[in-house]
Amino acid sequence: MSERFRIAIIGSGPAGLSAAAHAAQLGLSHVLLEKTDHLSDTIYKYQKGKHVMATPAQLVLRAGGGLAFAAGKREAILGSWGERIAAAGVNVRLNAEVTAIAGAGDAIPGSVQAIVTRKRDGSSETRELQRHAPPYRLTLADGSAIIADTVILAIGTQGNPNLMACPGAALPHVQYQLDDPAAYNDEHIFVIGGGDAGIENALGLAADAAQGNVVTLVNRSAEFSTAKDANVKALLAARDAGRISIMTGTTTRAIEPGWVVLDTPEGEVRARCDRLIARMGSAPPRGFIEGCGVEFASSDRLAYPKLSAVFESTAPGIFVVGALAGYPLIKHCMNQGHDVVEFINGNTALLPADEPILAEKFTGLPGNRSVSDWLEFLRSRVSILAGMSLLQMREFMLDSEARLYRAGEVIFERNAPGSSLFGIADGEVRVEIDPGNPAITVALPQGSIVGEVGLISGRRRGATVRAGSDCILVEISRTAALRLMSAVPSARREVDRLTTERSVLQIAAIVATAKVETIPAGKAVISEGDSGDDIFIIRSGSMVVERQIGGKPVFLNYVPAGSFVGEMAVIDGGTRSATVRAAVKSDVIRLGGAAFRDLLAAKPDLLARLRAEMATRTAMNAMIESKKDSFRGLVDMYTGVANFLVENGVGEATDVLLIDEKLCVGCDNCEKACADSHDGLSRLDREAGRTYAHLHVPTSCRHCEHPHCMADCPPNAIHRGPTGEVYIDDSCIGCGNCQRGCPYGVIRMDKVPPKKPWLLSWLLFGQGPGPGEPDAKWSKKHAHAEAPKKAIKCDMCSGQSGGPACVRACPTGAAIRVSPEQFLTVALLDRGQG
Amino acid sequence: MAVRAKAMGRAVARAPRDTAHEGFLGHRRGRWLKVSAALSLTAILAYALIDQTPRPNGGTALGYALGTLGAGLIVWLSLIGLRKRIITTGPYSLKGWTSAHVWLGLSLIVIATLHSGFQLGLNVHGLAYVLMMFVILSGLWGIYVYARLPALLSANRNEMTQPQMLAAIAALDRQLDTAAQPLGRDEADLVRMSIEGCDIGGSLWARLTGRYPGCGNSRAEAAVAALVDGQRRTGTADPRLVQILFLLERKGAALAQARRHVALKTRLELWLYVHVPATFALLAALVAHILSVFLYW
Repeated sequence: MSERFRIAIIGSGPAGLSAAAHAAQLGLSHVLLEKTDHLSDTIYKYQKGKHVMATPAQLVLRAGGGLAFAAGKREAILGSWGERIAAAGVNVRLNAEVTAIAGAGDAIPGSVQAIVTRKRDGSSETRELQRHAPPYRLTLADGSAIIADTVILAIGTQGNPNLMACPGAALPHVQYQLDDPAAYNDEHIFVIGGGDAGIENALGLAADAAQGNVVTLVNRSAEFSTAKDANVKALLAARDAGRISIMTGTTTRAIEPGWVVLDTPEGEVRARCDRLIARMGSAPPRGFIEGCGVEFASSDRLAYPKLSAVFESTAPGIFVVGALAGYPLIKHCMNQGHDVVEFINGNTALLPADEPILAEKFTGLPGNRSVSDWLEFLRSRVSILAGMSLLQMREFMLDSEARLYRAGEVIFERNAPGSSLFGIADGEVRVEIDPGNPAITVALPQGSIVGEVGLISGRRRGATVRAGSDCILVEISRTAALRLMSAVPSARREVDRLTTERSVLQIAAIVATAKVETIPAGKAVISEGDSGDDIFIIRSGSMVVERQIGGKPVFLNYVPAGSFVGEMAVIDGGTRSATVRAAVKSDVIRLGGAAFRDLLAAKPDLLARLRAEMATRTAMNAMIESKKDSFRGLVDMYTGVANFLVENGVGEATDVLLIDEKLCVGCDNCEKACADSHDGLSRLDREAGRTYAHLHVPTSCRHCEHPHCMADCPPNAIHRGPTGEVYIDDSCIGCGNCQRGCPYGVIRMDKVPPKKPWLLSWLLFGQGPGPGEPDAKWSKKHAHAEAPKKAIKCDMCSGQSGGPACVRACPTGAAIRVSPEQFLTVALLDRGQG
Repeated sequence: MAVRAKAMGRAVARAPRDTAHEGFLGHRRGRWLKVSAALSLTAILAYALIDQTPRPNGGTALGYALGTLGAGLIVWLSLIGLRKRIITTGPYSLKGWTSAHVWLGLSLIVIATLHSGFQLGLNVHGLAYVLMMFVILSGLWGIYVYARLPALLSANRNEMTQPQMLAAIAALDRQLDTAAQPLGRDEADLVRMSIEGCDIGGSLWARLTGRYPGCGNSRAEAAVAALVDGQRRTGTADPRLVQILFLLERKGAALAQARRHVALKTRLELWLYVHVPATFALLAALVAHILSVFLYW
């Protein structure tokens, strides 16, 4: 006979704990199920002494059962939660992993869920699941069962690690995580799995030679295809330095006490092994959740479950809160845990804790509506928001702004940086399509969107937009817009359709043959000598133009997003005169040549403009042709440098620091200036990085068009600033996601060092560490209070009237900061001569 | 928040910055070279055209003018040491400062010589002149190394950073240590010589020349190579020793790279250890020169 509860809470993270504590306080029958042997596993796994932050600061904390949360050390937070949970009388069951949830009642007519499983070969399989009414039967890993009227899923997004399947996998020296690499000494350690987690663990274990560990990394395939480039490089460097051994194409056959048996390409190997750390990825929780009857918003990897305004999923009686519902911050999670129990207990009138934040966003707008009326107003009047639930609207609005613009007021200017999208909820806006004549405008009506080019291409705004009448606009931040597009497929289609139409509009008319294509990095859209006559508008990413001269490809030009290529063949009717290939993964709009020719026939001034542009390109080609004999080596060198820069990610950069090593004397004044103008921490590593022909790309932010660091920032602290810089604001919680996400390794996690004595007291009396970043020892000795580690990256010295300090402080002119289109031009050729 | 919100949507002009890819000598198409040349030319013309009685020296009106200009230049030129270290947020270009420092410094040769009226003696005034010329000469040495060595430094680095070079040597030491475990005492002592007897920094002379005559690694390499050669002549070489020889050779290459790096960095800095103290001496001599002129002339 299984026990029966009113509420079963699965997962004891901040959301689950808060829900359980509140249920206990209300006296509801409940059980809290945790699969590990301790509460709050995600925070438990944080490194020792980690400072946990409490953002957003303005959000009020609502937590039941006297559960409290304020920024502080991991240990203090876990300790206080443990005490409160015990004091509140929460019914906790540890080591209780739930393996299945199924309705025990009658089949719900018509409630069938289609579960699509994608396979590696691209095919997919659909399985149908008939939902059953509550109560739910929860099957646990030990075979027992629990019956519950309602279920709160608060399991987060981590999932379960994939386990070793070979004999001996249950031996005590097999583990699936590494809490503290410094805890092991003089051991033979095998790390299984060549993903980022495995590589980072292996590097951590081998980092300090004094620990004397013999570390071997075992990877199933020959390549490290799933790991980040920077990690793979660090791993290979560690191998070359003799710190780590790598076994590729190898699998584990068996584990024995003190030994491991491996299948290598050369045959079976038995090796000493004191510890085996398996990091073979984890199964995302989605499969389990779908199996419970909970439907997701889309097939997108980032999609969240579909939820009602009270967090109820498509399976009646199953509620989803916390990170799994799309709220990764601890405060949000705790509030939702509290609220969902209130809802289950019948208090459906409860307003969420974010109500005051939202209310503030709508103050200053005319109309005196309540928050939910405003949300409904926006949802019903902006077409791309139509597919969202009220709960999604609330979350969406937290990252967005609603504003009133008076007639004639500027919404954004041409060339302003900005990646946000504007939805027109009321009134109309006017787009100035001709930079030379602001009187020529196109009106966009209520319901439409504007600003999508900045969002898609990551480049500056293409046109100035003003309010045509008094209007109310919702400004959707880049993060919110991307989430919206992944959660609501119709919104993505709408944005795609509009960007295509409008890109084509910029060259004056709508062409029916337009098609959006994604081009992988390195693939050519146009090949020299071909007879095609399609033209391509680069919507995102960038392209390089090359030409075969004397049997070798010569780099001609770098073409950023927003430009078009391929029009020469249409105008002069010849074959393609050059090859155009993608520098980074790019989206292009393909237009049929015939349609474009009709367009040109109708627009003689456009034709004239294109002819003029063509003349400069032809002149440039001729220049390179003419130089090819006298400066053969020079042309090769130029092509080499340009290709080197593109390979090093300059193709997706908007602003990159380059060092001419023919001028660099190694004084490190750039690093010192960077540290001294930014709280004493340098955001660049001059010596590290790739070099080609004395041109060095140091480890420093390139302010990518689509910043990788922005992809997963829980407090949404990374933004693009008004001068195009990508910066991190004060709400950083120090989680390190951005650091892991950056393929160029330019973000560091560090504490702000204490203030140094004045420069003159160093010069005259030798006090303090002198200019530049103080060494760790000095910082530690002089630190006053415990400071949290935060993510630190280049902000392009925004707000400093002198521009980037690294460039200003270079005594020889070796350091320059440029945008790729400024640098990747034929001008390189002339430089080579000088 | 409010400030940000207001700034959003506006095309905020980026702070102006120098994106020209040119070295400090040709900064702004040789602006300071032109200024310096014009200054020197003006001084020469003035010297030639203005009648100085009884004879040209520091005491005439032109002499005072040139002397004031020269002293002012010397003080300003020495301030580059502060400019380099005070990182302010406003617009300035240290490259521009370096450019001006070099070209105006060279113009001092003309200005100070004309100021002296070619009268030099073995006194405090002559000392100031000689020190100034010495500082300028050491500066020319600096320009020479700045023009020649960076490319060599970059080529020698070959994308490795200094800490990486040291780490590579330490890693080879660990491998040597492991590889030497099964060896006998005498052979293991050779390996120990390599592990314990290698300098990378050391005396100024060693750093500059990159020569380390007592280098444990090269001695060990020679000895092990001799052992292996001997064994090969009589039969097959001990594979453990061959492995050690291979590691010693690799370490030799790594040491050579690190030492070349240190040598180049030392040469890039050494001139400053002459230039800067000589500048302080010059400033002291200059004060003595000016005081003595006004007190005792």
